[in-house]
Amino acid sequence: MSVDMSQFYQTFFDESFEGLDIMESGLLGLDVGAADAETINTVFRAAHSIKGGSATFGFTVVAEFTHLMETLLDEMRDGTRMVTEESVDYLLKSVDCLKELLTAVQNKADYNEDFVTEVKVGLERLLHGDEASSKSEADKMAESTGDVEGWLIDFKPADYLLKTGNDPVRLINELSLLGKIETTCDTDRLPFFSALEPELIYLSWHIKLEGNVSKEQINEVFEWIDDDADITLSCLSGEPEKSDSSAGQDESAVATVTPVEEPEEPEEPLTEKPASESVPVASVVEEAKKPKADSKAAASKKPAKDQSSIRVSIDKVDELINLVGELVITQSMLSQLGETVTKETIEKLQDGLGQLERNTRELQESVMRIRMLPISFAFQRFPRMVRDLSNQLGKEIELRLLGEQTELDKTVMEKIGDPLVHLVRNSVDHGIETPEEREANGKPRKGTVELNAFHQGGNIVIEITDDGKGIDKDVIFAKAVEKGVINANESLTDEQIFDLIFAPGFSTAAVVSGVSGRGVGMDVVKRNIRELGGNIEVKSEQGKGSTIIIRLPLTLAILDGQLIRVGDDTYIIPLISIIESLQVEKSQINSIGGQAELYKLRDEYLPVVRLYETFGLKPDSTDLSDGLIVIVEGEGGQAGLFVDDLLGQQQVVIKSLETNFRPVEGISGATILGDGTVALILDITGLINLSRQSSERAA
Amino acid sequence: MNEAAATQSADIDLGLNIDVEADQYLTFIMADEEYGVDILRVQEIRGWEHVTPVPNTPKYIKGVINLRGTIVPLVDLRERFGVESIPYGPTTVVIVLKVIGEDSERIMGIVVDAVADVYNIEDGKIKPAPDFGSVVSIEYVRGLASINEQMLIVLDIDKLLSSDELQAMSNS
Repeated sequence: MSVDMSQFYQTFFDESFEGLDIMESGLLGLDVGAADAETINTVFRAAHSIKGGSATFGFTVVAEFTHLMETLLDEMRDGTRMVTEESVDYLLKSVDCLKELLTAVQNKADYNEDFVTEVKVGLERLLHGDEASSKSEADKMAESTGDVEGWLIDFKPADYLLKTGNDPVRLINELSLLGKIETTCDTDRLPFFSALEPELIYLSWHIKLEGNVSKEQINEVFEWIDDDADITLSCLSGEPEKSDSSAGQDESAVATVTPVEEPEEPEEPLTEKPASESVPVASVVEEAKKPKADSKAAASKKPAKDQSSIRVSIDKVDELINLVGELVITQSMLSQLGETVTKETIEKLQDGLGQLERNTRELQESVMRIRMLPISFAFQRFPRMVRDLSNQLGKEIELRLLGEQTELDKTVMEKIGDPLVHLVRNSVDHGIETPEEREANGKPRKGTVELNAFHQGGNIVIEITDDGKGIDKDVIFAKAVEKGVINANESLTDEQIFDLIFAPGFSTAAVVSGVSGRGVGMDVVKRNIRELGGNIEVKSEQGKGSTIIIRLPLTLAILDGQLIRVGDDTYIIPLISIIESLQVEKSQINSIGGQAELYKLRDEYLPVVRLYETFGLKPDSTDLSDGLIVIVEGEGGQAGLFVDDLLGQQQVVIKSLETNFRPVEGISGATILGDGTVALILDITGLINLSRQSSERAA
Repeated sequence: MNEAAATQSADIDLGLNIDVEADQYLTFIMADEEYGVDILRVQEIRGWEHVTPVPNTPKYIKGVINLRGTIVPLVDLRERFGVESIPYGPTTVVIVLKVIGEDSERIMGIVVDAVADVYNIEDGKIKPAPDFGSVVSIEYVRGLASINEQMLIVLDIDKLLSSDELQAMSNS
C-alpha cells in the first residue's frame, strides 16, 4: 500500500492544532473534584484523534505521548481517577508539550527533549503513582522492552464493534503475526438464539500470545478499537516488572525520541529562471524583473507552514454557490439581450445590468465573509494564560470574555493576537493587585479582567478592562522624566500621560518579573495596531482599574464610500462615518470670534470643516450656501464637512498609501475608481484633528 | 597592478560578450544635465498623465497614480532639487523605480524632462564625485562617469527617495 501520506499532513496538523485548542479549553473548564463527564469526553476525543492520526502518519513520538494522556483521561472518564488540580496541571502541560512536538514534527525541527521527557515522566508518575486505583496500571507496568515470554490478552469487544467496521477476526489474525497464539472463546454472554441480534458481538476472547513481543506491538493492533473494547494485558512471564518500571519508562521516553520518520522531501518548487545576465539593452522590463524572481525563489523555500488555510462553514460556501448560480443566469440573460439591441430591449438591458451589479456586490460580500472568523479564535488562549499567570503571581483573577462571536478578518485576527497577549498580561501583572492588597482596599479578593469585543461602525472594538489599581499618573510622569522622554516642567493632559506608556523602553513595574516589566512591548503593541490601521487608547482611574480600547478596521480590503468633489478633485468619505448631508441654511451658521464656524444642526452646534481649506484645494465656491455640508462623525465628535458636490456611492477597494509612500494626515488610504484614476479616502478623525490644529494655529 | 589586469580582462570580455562587471544605466535629462539610474531598478517608463494630488505634502510630490492596481507616488525631480520648474511637455516622462529602503521596498516615480539613453558602465569607471555644485546635492550622487566625453551623474535612488527623507522634508 503506497499511498503518499504526505499529502494529508497539512490536514492532520490543522486538525491536531484545533484538537489541542479544544483540549486546552476543555481542561480549563474542568472543575476540580466535580468534573463534567461530557467535558472530559470532549478532551478525550480530541486526544484520541491526535493519537490515531499521528500513529497513522508514523509520528511515533506524538502518538506515544498522546497515549499517556489518553490513558489518564480514560481513567478520569471511567471515574476510576479523581480529577485533581495536579492532574489537570499535568494535562495542560502535556497540551503544551504536544504542541511543541507537533510543531517540531511539522517543521522537521528539533524539540525540547528535556521538557517533553519531564512532562512524560510526570504523566507516568501520575498514572502509576497510586497503584491501587486502576487496573490499567498493571499492563502499563510491563511497558519495558525486556524479555517477555508472552502475553495473556483479555479481549472483550463492545457489542457494537462490528458496526464500527472492525472485525475481531482480523485483529486476532493480526496478533497471530506477532507470535504463536492460542485463543479461547468465551461464549458466556451468548443469548438464546431467538434473542440473538446478528449485528452484535456476544463473544469475547482470551488470547495467549507467545513470543518476545513488546506491549506497543500489541497495542498497535488494537489501536483503532481502543474505545470500543475492553482489553487487558498481562505478562506471561509472571514476573512483575513493577520494580523497574520507572527506570524503564525513562529509557523508553528517551528511546522514542529519535525515530521521527522523515517525511519525503516536498518537490522543489518550480521557480522562475532568472533572466540571463546578457539580455540586450531593449528588454528593460525583463531585466528589472530579475531580482523579483530571485526573491520569489527565496520565499518559496520557506517551510510549508506558511500555507495557511482557513476553515469555512458549509453555509458560507453554499451561499457562494447560489450567488455564482445567479450570476450565471444574469450573464446568460444579458448575452441574450445583447444579441438584438433594439429600443425596446434597452430597458431590459438596464434592468439586467442592475441585477448584475447586485449579484456582483453580494458575491463580493460573501467572499469577504469567508475571511471573517469569530474573535474567539484570538480569545481562546487567554483563559489558560490568565490561569497560569495568576497561579504564578499568586493572584486571584476571573477572566470574562464577552462578544466572542464578533467576526473579523482573518489577517487582522492573526496580527492582533500578540498585542492582545501583551495587554492582557499587563493587566494581570500590573493591573490586578494581590488578594491581600485588594481586601485592604475594600475590593473583592478576586480581581476581574474582562475582554470585550464588539462592532462599532466599520470597526471592531476590543476592550481590555481590569478592576485593578489603575495607572498612577504621577509615577508615569516621574518615570518619563527620568527616562528623558519628557521634560519635568512639561504639563500634560491625562490622555497624553497615558500615551507615555507606549513610548519605547517604558515600564513602571517596580520589579521586573518574568511576566512583564521589561518595557519591551507596549511600543510594539502600539506599532502593530497602527500597522493594522487601528488605534489604541487607555483610560484609567487610579484605584479603580484601567481600560484599554483597541479599534481596528473590520477588514483591510473594502469600504462603502461616498464620492465627493472639491474643485477638480474627487475624495471618498467612508459611508459609515456619514450621518447626513444637507444644504446649508445661512441662518444656521454662527461664528466664534470671526474664526471658527459652527453650524447649528437641530440642537447641536457642529464645527464646520472646509475641506478645501484644510487640504489647500481650489473649490468651486467658498460660499457655504453654494455647496453641501456632510455631517460626519469621527472619534473626536461630529463635524460638518463642506464640499462642492456629492457624486455617487460605491464600494471601493482600499489601497494603502503607505506601501510606496507614507501616511498622510487626514487620508486613510486610496482607491482606484472605475476610470482608472486614483481617489483618496478621507480619514474623518484625522481630518477633524487637522482642521482643529490649523484653526488653532490661525487663532 | 592587479587592478589593471582585472580591468583589462574585463575589456576583453566586453568584446565577446556583455561584461558581467558592467551595469546598465538608464539615463535621463533634467535641467540640461544627464543623470543615470541603475536599470535594474526601473520598473517602467511612462508618459506624464493625470495624477491625483495628495494634500498637505511637499510641493515636489506631484501626487499618486495607479500603476496596475498599486498606488505609486510621483516626485518631480526639478522641484525636489529646487530647480526652476518648466511646464510638462511631450518629452516629460515618469520613470517608475524600485526603491530599496532599510526594511521595505517601495515603488516610486520620478518626473524628469526626458529619457536619454542606456549605457553599460563598469563599476570601476564610476568615480566618486567631488562637491561640484550640481543641482543635485552630493549625498544623492553615487558617482560620476564619462560617456563619450560627456559627464553622467549616477544617482543613488535609495538615498534620494528613501521615506525618511520624504518624511523629513514634509515636516519642514
